[in-house]
Amino acid sequence: MATTTTLAKADEGTEAASHAARIEHVSKSFGGPAGQQLVLDDISLDVAPGEFVTLLGASGCGKSTLLNLVAGLDKPSAGAITTDGRPALMFQEHALFPWLTAGKNIELALKLRGVPKAERRDKAEELLELVRLKGAYGKRVHELSGGMRQRVAMARALAQESKLLLMDEPFAALDAITRDVLHDELTRIWRETRLSVLFVTHNVREAVRLAERVVLLSSRPGRIARQWTVGIPHPRRIEDTAVAELSVEITEELRGEIRRHGQH
Amino acid sequence: MASTETTPPGKDAGDLAGLEAGLDALETQHRGRTPFRQTLTQKILPPVAAVLLVLAAWQALVSFKIVDDPTKLPAPSDVWAVVHQAWLQGELLGYIWTSVSRGLSGFLLALVIGTPLGLLVARVRFVRAAIGPILSGLQSLPSVAWVPPAVIWLGLNNSMMYAVILLGAVPSIANGLVSGVDQVSPLYLRAGRTLGATGLKGTWHIVLPAALPGYVAGLKQGWAFSWRSLMAAEIIASFPDLGVGLGQLLENGRNASDMAMVFEAILLILIVGIAIDLLIFSPLERWVLRSRGLLVRS
Repeated sequence: MATTTTLAKADEGTEAASHAARIEHVSKSFGGPAGQQLVLDDISLDVAPGEFVTLLGASGCGKSTLLNLVAGLDKPSAGAITTDGRPALMFQEHALFPWLTAGKNIELALKLRGVPKAERRDKAEELLELVRLKGAYGKRVHELSGGMRQRVAMARALAQESKLLLMDEPFAALDAITRDVLHDELTRIWRETRLSVLFVTHNVREAVRLAERVVLLSSRPGRIARQWTVGIPHPRRIEDTAVAELSVEITEELRGEIRRHGQH
Repeated sequence: MASTETTPPGKDAGDLAGLEAGLDALETQHRGRTPFRQTLTQKILPPVAAVLLVLAAWQALVSFKIVDDPTKLPAPSDVWAVVHQAWLQGELLGYIWTSVSRGLSGFLLALVIGTPLGLLVARVRFVRAAIGPILSGLQSLPSVAWVPPAVIWLGLNNSMMYAVILLGAVPSIANGLVSGVDQVSPLYLRAGRTLGATGLKGTWHIVLPAALPGYVAGLKQGWAFSWRSLMAAEIIASFPDLGVGLGQLLENGRNASDMAMVFEAILLILIVGIAIDLLIFSPLERWVLRSRGLLVRS
């Protein structure tokens, strides 16, 4: 029961942190019956305050593993991770608690952060308004559509007031139109709040549409293969030619990485 | 790239809000209440018809002298007369209340003991290894087996009745909670941990509410076991000083070879058991499942 996660915390409060997350020479291997399997190999990556970084890779590149390490849900086998406070985490599944209403889900996050009872309700309504779900306070999770659930989940993550938001393929299960709308929402909220975001995806277009920086991971073991800085100004659209051009380039690189696994 | 910059940001934001409102409206299902007429024809009429059919068949067996022995099979009207008389003499509610008050207080006691026990078994590995299998094994032991030892240990009194109820109901309640906790999705635990719900906070805010459906199923079964155990105890350990409950009524009927009284007691035991389930446990279960979207309104 005593599985408290120990978070490697940066020097909070003493000075403005120069990074939202710093990943230094991190490796992770999982023990199995066939011996140790190296999943992440010597990853070093900094996320600057206010920066939007996407981690891109094929299956088995360990991108979700890396995110779990940054979230403090697991420990690296080697190397160190420091974050500026406890990061918030959003999953592919909305992970909202079905026994609570949308509003109470957000209030639970506030409560666990130590926000006094009197302020919680107003704060939760405010956050729902931020994700444009005014009036959804009393709705049960099952009464909301997939897109609305992910927006409530986003509001709950924002309630943590973390400086870093980790997102593990949060829109992968949504239909294309809803996903596109949520891309716009996330960009708007990111620009309004100046959060740092570390966003994991296997969708190249999504990575390019959202990020300031795209980090491509190779698979088995996961290593940083290449990085791109995305200079396309906002608002971006998924159909933009600039998005398409960079996506083509990154996809070629990703395909090359995947092809390597077929040749022995 | 150039084309995107020509869109004024304000207009874009307005479009997005409108688009989002449209999507939300399209994807949200509106469900109204089931009309009363539909509830009547689909939920209430079928069981009523079934009961009436059984009563008609029973009356026919007696009326057409297919079973012509009132000491074996009394007519429904004879049983009704006995119930009616007990009601007129003011004894009927007394029988019911004696048993129901015993049953419910025994159940509440089982709840108070079974809940922390279940939580311990679910969350502490050593406790689970030590008593988990015994607890599930106890569930398959008919609680009537506890009546003789309980009488020897505690004598013919109310404590004996409560002991038998506890031995029947505590394992059900504890096991219900254990399986509820076991079925908590790891996703909720991970989500809880990222929100800062660890240790006792995690148990209180995440594990217990997430385990509620399994726990309520355990409570429902726990009540059924309480009621059965109590009836076994009342029939076997019938003693005038204990007051006449439904079990004693059944035993009294047998001693007096009064088959109408025996039937009266059996029917009352059945009706009370069903009524408590319908009034307390089924609504509780439906409410828990429905509020989580786990029950489709039919």
